[in-house]
Amino acid sequence: MSALATQSTILPKRPGLAGRLSDFLWKHPQLLLLILLGPPVLWLGIIYLGSLFALLLQSFFSIDDFSGLINYEFTLATYRQLLSDANFDIIVRTVAMAAVVTLFSALIAFPIAYYAARYAKGKWKAVFYLGVMLPLWSSYLVKIYAWKLILAKEGILTWAFEKLHLLWLLEGWLSLPIIGGNSLSVSYTGTFIVFVYVWMPFMILPIQAALERVPGNLIEASSDLGGTPQQTFRHVLFPLALPGIVAGSIFTFSLTLGDYIIPQIVGSSRLFIGQAVYAQQGTAGNIPLAAAFTVVPIVIMGLYLWMAKRMGAFDAL
Amino acid sequence: MTAAVLFENVSRHFGAVKAVDAVNLEIAEGEFFAMLGPSGSGKTTCLRLMAGFEQPTGGHIEIFGETAEGVPPYRRSVNTVFQDYALFPHLSILDNVAYGLMVKGVGKDERRKAAEDALAMVKLPGYGQRRPGQLSGGQRQRVALARALVNKPKVLLLDEPLGALDLKLREQMQEELKSLQKSLGITFVFVTHDQGEALSMADRIAVFNDGKIQQLGSPEDIYKRPQTRFVADFVGSSNVLSSALCAKLGLSAKAASLRPEAIAIGASSVEQLSLTGRVTARSFLGAVNRVTVDCDGEKIIVAYPAALPVPDTSATVTLAFSRNDLHLMEEA
Repeated sequence: MSALATQSTILPKRPGLAGRLSDFLWKHPQLLLLILLGPPVLWLGIIYLGSLFALLLQSFFSIDDFSGLINYEFTLATYRQLLSDANFDIIVRTVAMAAVVTLFSALIAFPIAYYAARYAKGKWKAVFYLGVMLPLWSSYLVKIYAWKLILAKEGILTWAFEKLHLLWLLEGWLSLPIIGGNSLSVSYTGTFIVFVYVWMPFMILPIQAALERVPGNLIEASSDLGGTPQQTFRHVLFPLALPGIVAGSIFTFSLTLGDYIIPQIVGSSRLFIGQAVYAQQGTAGNIPLAAAFTVVPIVIMGLYLWMAKRMGAFDAL
Repeated sequence: MTAAVLFENVSRHFGAVKAVDAVNLEIAEGEFFAMLGPSGSGKTTCLRLMAGFEQPTGGHIEIFGETAEGVPPYRRSVNTVFQDYALFPHLSILDNVAYGLMVKGVGKDERRKAAEDALAMVKLPGYGQRRPGQLSGGQRQRVALARALVNKPKVLLLDEPLGALDLKLREQMQEELKSLQKSLGITFVFVTHDQGEALSMADRIAVFNDGKIQQLGSPEDIYKRPQTRFVADFVGSSNVLSSALCAKLGLSAKAASLRPEAIAIGASSVEQLSLTGRVTARSFLGAVNRVTVDCDGEKIIVAYPAALPVPDTSATVTLAFSRNDLHLMEEA
């Protein structure tokens, strides 16, 4: 009792600079926030956004066809060039591929994410994370070349179809216009398969996180009120998972829009936006057109998010 | 008359854990039935068996004469008010309440009207356009009730319906639930760990412990005539006198229960029984003083009206009570 009574209620200041700093920052929480946020905001604002705007600005300049020099005068000529048939084809091809990749990624990812969020416990949860993340740890190029071998005419996939006496199915598929080709490794189907494989973790993880936040009793409540499993999925589970699906689709969609390596290694020789940017700013030296091409994914993602918001994808947030 | 809910030797074992073990139960139509017990006693599992969220590992369940095991929740005319309400966060209050009708294919206008009526019934008219997140706990509770009742269930299950509300709101909701049940005539089955709630609302109570029903009877039965020490302890916080104390009173029994408020402190008349002991603690509870008296090493709690003078701690007192208030038990 007496020991407690003699002790002061207010403890003495901690010694040293660290102690003084703690007291000072405690009194000025705004300053702490400024210190924490300042560097990343400056980094994002100047280095990243600044250079992005500088690049976009280039798209309003044009290139002199004879000298190959950039003409620093405001013009929409580059955009006219962007919308020419050949270039517009590239945009349509890329956006269509990105849309199909996103759709199938979502379809494949949802059951995996659902299992992980609802049923996987303890050890199995760890196995899930490892299984999803492991492909991200190995080199992107190695994976794509591995896929090229798998999908090649002499590859394991053709062999497997042959052993299963299903070669006619593969050949039938490859004889289809547009999506077919000489072999899977030089067809859009091959490009599609590799895109879906490579971006899959970026779709699974956000959906899994969204589903994990859905309380189990909401599903019981829906069932209790007479909702069949399909109705529960449509009216409860899907709307609540939608922010996660949208988040995942932003990844898969924008990554596909910008990628220039996968379509170069696996697929037909027709260009995708990423390849076009690479070619224009590299070999062709047409920076304004390359900049105009990079504007396309940004505009499309902006439209996509605006539509998703209008359709209520973020209402459950 | 067929029972609203019938359990015949129903068991629900999770591996070695016997959550519900050979329970027999018959709930009459229109009854307000309480399942009372501590957590882990099997009462909630019983409720989930009625709702269809759990399937029995043994025994037979009937709901209004029809076999219920193997029937999924969405094919049962049974609705549940969940403990934490389980309102759909992405839907408006009106859509929440209309959900059951929507999935059954009721037209939009009709289900909106029904949902608005149900909201009015739980005294939340005009709240339809809000979101669950904008409502207080008590309001969410009412929405959950409206969402279940709008389906006109034959049995309404309530899982600790008032657990999350503060005392004042709880008392108000108790009365409202009771009168709602009377006016609708629907069978209500509710789970609670609060004996006061069970005693004040239910027509009959089943007291659960370790997956088994310890006693089933009217609130008065359960309170005044507990059959086991567990029921005496859990329901009335009754004093349980040992066989030695019973012998001292000239009675032969394995144990006896004695409610705290049936004991007077002071002189006893001839027809009354009495014990002497020493006061060890006392605390003021508002309407009563809670006095703990040590009689031959056994603690006896007395709920003594606060208006009367309280004996000092360590004073020696005489406890007097009527033989009628002493309930003899067959088991210790």
